[in-house]
Amino acid sequence: MALQRSDAPPYHQEIAITASEPALSKGGNPSAGTATPAVELRGITKRFPGVVANHDINLTVQRGTVHALMGENGAGKSTLMKILYGMQKPDEGTIAINGEQTEFNTPGDAIARGIGMVHQHFMLADNLTVWENVVLGGEKLHGIGAKAKAKIKEISDQYGLGVRPDVLVEDLGVADRQRVEILKVLYRGAKILILDEPTAVLVPQEVDALFDNLRDLKSEGVTVIFISHKLHEVLSVADAISVIRRGTTVGDADPADVTARQLAEMMVGAELPSPESRESTVTDVEMLKVDGLRIAKADAEGIERVVLDDITLRIRKGEILGIAGVEGNGQAELVEAIMGMLPLDAGSVVLDGSDLSSSLTRARREAGIGYIPEDRHKHGLLLEAPLWENRILGHVTEAPNSKGVLLDPAAARADTQRIVEEFDVRTPGIDVTAASLSGGNQQKLIIGREMSHNPKLLIAAHPTRGVDVGAQAQIWEQIRSAQREGLAVLLISADLDELIGLSDTIRVIYRGRLVADADPATVTAEDLGTAMTGAATGHIESDPEAVEEDKAIAAEGTETEAEHPHHGESHDDESHDEPTDTADGTTQAGE
Amino acid sequence: MTSSPDTAKRPAAKRFDGERILLGLAAPVLAVLLSVLLCGILLGISGKDPFNAFNVMLTYGTKSDAQVLTLNRATTYYLAGVAVAFGFRMNLFNIGAEGQYKVAALFAAFIGAQVNLPSFIQIPLLLIVAMLVGAIWAGIAGVLKVTRGVSEVISTIMLNAIATAVVGLLLVPGVFAPKASGTSNSIQTDPVSASSHFFTLNTQGGPLWGFIFVAVLVGVVFQLVLTRTRFGFDLRATGRSESAAHASGVNVKRMVLTSMLVSGALAGLIGLPDLLQNSYFYGQSFQPGLGFLGIAIALLGRNSPIGIAFSALLFAFLDVTAVQLPFAGYPQEIVTVMQGVIVICVVVAYELVRRFGLKRQQQKVGAELAAQAAAAAKKEVAA
Repeated sequence: MALQRSDAPPYHQEIAITASEPALSKGGNPSAGTATPAVELRGITKRFPGVVANHDINLTVQRGTVHALMGENGAGKSTLMKILYGMQKPDEGTIAINGEQTEFNTPGDAIARGIGMVHQHFMLADNLTVWENVVLGGEKLHGIGAKAKAKIKEISDQYGLGVRPDVLVEDLGVADRQRVEILKVLYRGAKILILDEPTAVLVPQEVDALFDNLRDLKSEGVTVIFISHKLHEVLSVADAISVIRRGTTVGDADPADVTARQLAEMMVGAELPSPESRESTVTDVEMLKVDGLRIAKADAEGIERVVLDDITLRIRKGEILGIAGVEGNGQAELVEAIMGMLPLDAGSVVLDGSDLSSSLTRARREAGIGYIPEDRHKHGLLLEAPLWENRILGHVTEAPNSKGVLLDPAAARADTQRIVEEFDVRTPGIDVTAASLSGGNQQKLIIGREMSHNPKLLIAAHPTRGVDVGAQAQIWEQIRSAQREGLAVLLISADLDELIGLSDTIRVIYRGRLVADADPATVTAEDLGTAMTGAATGHIESDPEAVEEDKAIAAEGTETEAEHPHHGESHDDESHDEPTDTADGTTQAGE
Repeated sequence: MTSSPDTAKRPAAKRFDGERILLGLAAPVLAVLLSVLLCGILLGISGKDPFNAFNVMLTYGTKSDAQVLTLNRATTYYLAGVAVAFGFRMNLFNIGAEGQYKVAALFAAFIGAQVNLPSFIQIPLLLIVAMLVGAIWAGIAGVLKVTRGVSEVISTIMLNAIATAVVGLLLVPGVFAPKASGTSNSIQTDPVSASSHFFTLNTQGGPLWGFIFVAVLVGVVFQLVLTRTRFGFDLRATGRSESAAHASGVNVKRMVLTSMLVSGALAGLIGLPDLLQNSYFYGQSFQPGLGFLGIAIALLGRNSPIGIAFSALLFAFLDVTAVQLPFAGYPQEIVTVMQGVIVICVVVAYELVRRFGLKRQQQKVGAELAAQAAAAAKKEVAA
């Protein structure tokens, strides 16, 4: 199995790639035996205030290959590519292009070294023709006249792009625009192409066409770095795969030998939260009832898409319901729908017997919903405001923050001091800005704030993302202790082991629908990963031996505990309505 | 046990605050000095002695009549600054204070001339009319933004042009202006009734407008609303991060509309000091450009009520003393250059200082936490 973990020495990773890929050297590369890699990143580290985006990343891309870079959203892929494209400078580490050490200060430097980037969101002027768009900013290369047009034709034919230079960009579809973007980059002499999630905007047929283009590019000696988190796409087009998780490279894989499941496992990790034995705290009292939720929303291209369809779920007091799914399958919308941040097209949200379907966000928070947002910088904090003002955020109408319409800064400050001490927020004081805390401490402040208003339901979206290991354990413990006190928790996470370790019940979301459910005591991360790709539906139960094996691996290092308590009745009734026929066939997959 | 970390934390907090104030002052002071320097160079190049020019301004500025003039003018400027700053605090760029105050002053002048009630009813009535008209005019932009997503920058600029047209349409004989004015070529409303006249204080330097108390009151209320009320918190939160405010339960659309209405109501007051204390009528000669000046004043004053007071005084001082420059052979326009340079410098300086301050605090917090950790480790070793 050509699948290395991060603990494997780095030279193994290189061997794995070079062995699987015959060196495609062009232009008389003299080096004997092994080809010089097109891109070689060594020990790249990039810190942002509050987070380490990249930590000691190593990446080797061979010339003339399609190299996939995989990882969940927020894993650090984009930061790494911005570093390679000269938009960010790394704090540590080296970049070598075609064996030569380089340093990029601007994207211009990267372009000069033959690197081009196609962004996820196109950067084209709609009211200009393809030809004008390509020439724009590159007037010095081949002029702006007939010569430039001829060059565009030539590149288009050489790589089989089929671009027509005289068409207005506004008349082109998404796939054609993408090809124009690729041509734009090639026109500027790029030999190394970075594609940032190129398939996100395409329909399946267009994806196939794009992959044909990529193969043409490869055969002409162009190196392609392909960013994605879609497992099957990567397996069908890539020659080599690198996986990034929590800001660091966790390993390389050869698509010929690796399965989608193994990749999913690498992406989400296999470190179980400390598997302490615990009794079920689930009660019979239904806290949250969501029925028939449906939301249609216009996407970036202006096309109306159904992002949530017929979502029905129940969370009881003392229960943690985990939602598993590959990112972008409707998790964010589900959270926003329950929080009242997105209008519902159909369905109802009932908390503790009171219908909140038409309430505004503030009323829902006052009714007892605590919220740990997925993106704490965007939705959870005022970065440039002091901690005590951040303590007020979201609870401005509640004690101790205000009396009537007036704020009560003194009480809010005193309570912030209490949160800082109780939740172990490491800070020199409550007057520093939220931006100056580390990610973990920011998150602890948010959790402390949300827990301070006796919530009935806690929505925790990726609660430990971008958080260091120490804070991670504290956050898990805080969620658990809240659960023991009778809180209902909706947990959304890309980390399958976090889901399995914390949840009482797991539901799988795929393309806006809850397609499968599982008992965390009887399911492996692998089988859950399969369901996340839409390959399995209904109730999932893994081979007991595989579950035991999984637990044994997870318990390594910590003390192995004897028995996992079963939560027998932790499946919702409606889940039995869903087809279960595929479940047995596809998911009894213990090896 | 809880008291000792408390006392340990206090001085740290104070130090951060002191530094923040210092950093906050550094930017405007540097901007003013830089613009004085640039204007000095400009004067020098045109062959005139810059030191003498500044001397002329300073000498006149220290005289009591100039000081009263400065205060009177600053009253108007302050209201303009606060009106714009209110929107700025939640990232709402109300460029339309210009149109709002013109329409508001026209209506206040018209009503003031038609109605003659006792002062204690008449003056509040005129204030309310002006604020209401300003709010309605700004509210158009607010409604457009909330319902149709029209940028308030675009709509308020266009409403400025429309306001000029509306004023032109209404300020004709037989509508808002008297039918036969006869004596003068200029078209203007009837003078407001005597009961509308705002009180003045007689000083050595001449009459000081009583409207200065209204301006101070507006400033105090502005500060209290921002820092002490739930509404103010929501407003500041929206200004700092709309997405976080939305997630925290702020009804952003309602906030946009409310802020636009309040900003417009404040803008409605801009024309009143002149109307009720000086000209007593609205005519073609009514001072234009105050809304745009308010933008510059709010920027320099960093949208804080106290900062705006200082920047209003500075701009008023420059405008009042500039009148003396032509007598000494200098072009008066140099003051306009100076004001422009101040605004450009201050915008750049604030952003630089903001980034510097943020970075510095992050470093300090890091260092302080490291020191705490080291101290804790030492204690453990000792114990």
